Amino acid sequence: MKIEETTSAIVSEFESFDDWMDKYNYLIELGKSLPLIDEKYKVEANLIQGCQSRVWLHAGFDGSLVHFTADSDAVITKGIANLLIRAFSGHTPQEILDSSTEFLKEIGLTEHLSPTRSNGMLSMIKQIKMYALAFKTKAAMGN
Amino acid sequence: MNVKLNNPDKGLDPEIIRADFPILSRKVHNKPLVYFDNAATTQKPQAVIDALVGYYTGINSNVHRGVHYLSQQATIAFEEVRGEIQHFVNAKFSHEIIYTRGCTEAINLVAASWGKVNVGKGDEILISGMEHHSNIVPWQMLCEEKGAVLKVCPLHPDGSLDMEAYSTMLGEKTRLVAITHISNTLGTINPVKEITRLAHEKGIAVLIDGAQALSHMKVDVQDIGCEFYAFSAHKVYGPMGIGALYGKEDVLNAMPPYQGGGEMIKSVTFEKTLYNELPFKFEAGTPNVGDVIGFGAALDYISAIGIERIAAWEQELLRYATEKLSADPTIRIIGTAPEKASLISFLIEGIHPFDAGTIIDHMGVAVRTGTHCTQPLMDGLGISGTIRASFAFYNTKQEIDRLMEAIEKVKEFFL
Ligand SMILES: Cc1ncc(COP(=O)(O)O)c(C=O)c1O
Repeated sequence: MKIEETTSAIVSEFESFDDWMDKYNYLIELGKSLPLIDEKYKVEANLIQGCQSRVWLHAGFDGSLVHFTADSDAVITKGIANLLIRAFSGHTPQEILDSSTEFLKEIGLTEHLSPTRSNGMLSMIKQIKMYALAFKTKAAMGN
Repeated sequence: MNVKLNNPDKGLDPEIIRADFPILSRKVHNKPLVYFDNAATTQKPQAVIDALVGYYTGINSNVHRGVHYLSQQATIAFEEVRGEIQHFVNAKFSHEIIYTRGCTEAINLVAASWGKVNVGKGDEILISGMEHHSNIVPWQMLCEEKGAVLKVCPLHPDGSLDMEAYSTMLGEKTRLVAITHISNTLGTINPVKEITRLAHEKGIAVLIDGAQALSHMKVDVQDIGCEFYAFSAHKVYGPMGIGALYGKEDVLNAMPPYQGGGEMIKSVTFEKTLYNELPFKFEAGTPNVGDVIGFGAALDYISAIGIERIAAWEQELLRYATEKLSADPTIRIIGTAPEKASLISFLIEGIHPFDAGTIIDHMGVAVRTGTHCTQPLMDGLGISGTIRASFAFYNTKQEIDRLMEAIEKVKEFFL
């Protein structure tokens, strides 16, 4: 599935919620069901700076696709990580770099998008795009 | 001003007070706002808002420079507030009050100016384990520059300062003690008079970070005896971007200027500049006149109500909130010193503060979560952050009940 297809699916899922409580219940569910990260990746080097909760993001590259795993000590943050992984994991670096993050505004998680120190979402997106760029460069140099 | 309706002999009626603060009647997330982030910044009464508007509509002009009418009016108002601050903290002279951007700049002023001539290689600066980053980093920078050493006085498990350790840490090489009056994370009120007395016995200068204290209690810098006392207007119902440093006259006089520019000079030639006298020596450039006027209005407002009455009501709120939170076995209060200001840090067992804070916010209750700019303290306590509810005299017990409801909601979500 293309990134845009996944993100519009996410948007319609969130549109079905009547109030903030349903939305957060869903995010919390997503947080609890986030696939476990390999413990060896929960290291300082994978910690994302600028979050109130601790977030570890690991990226692997199989030569064509980037695969993300993540963890956090806060459940809501894990839920957000789950959404981002669902959207961006398993795509080529170029697809990730070209993708838009507008869907996060559409699902009404804007409070997590404000550039304050307390949120992890912006930092996670930035990190995801940085990995994509790094892998793209790596692949280009390998050729 | 509605405060006039309050009988000065009686306790506060927060419902009357609340009418003076327009923001308190707004809603957030479709619910009436409960504002419990007063330690970060306090809300502003209409009197302060009016003073700001009044300044810009009526007398705006540059101070100390013009002979024209407006400039004189602005200068008079600007200097009157200096006198008001002097009386509010009971300084001996009004020129002992230096306007700054806030508490942070006041501390930086001391680090840069006093530190420049009083701290050398191998000297020590003593802070405490509960300091705000604003009272850590300027000293770290100074120590790095001078080859001096930053020492940290430990805390007891309840969050009070270990005074025994403090006494023994005051040594031959200690040049300065820089300690907060009230901890913004734990609420602990430190015995600043005793802290100062012990330091002075060894000839050591003392700076007190008063950011959290001015709004909660009577502050008397002469009684404390400290060399420096730093604070911000925005935490005392005044505007952001203005604050002050109190410094003892002789100490300030012996210090080199902080920044260079206009206002701080007596005469300038390209060969030599004669510095102005106190307080102007430390106030280079056009000052923040409008916010100084607003600061004055805030102090007027508090004085009209009476800081003792404010303190009494806030202590009642603290007692009530402590009782409610303690009754919940899943809640752990961080900071249980015997002397506390009206703020409570706590954790809900098994729930990350960020998760809890997000839900509490959606319930219309503004609390702060995280490390509260006291990361070394958090590391020392072995926690990654807390939820902090900090109360002002316009808060009510019903609002604390709303916090308790929000906490129940958090548990529904996560447990
Ligand atoms: C104890 C303490 N010191 C210093 C500061 C810094 O104050 P400001 O940011 O207004 O300069 C604060 C503000 O949070 C504080 O709580």
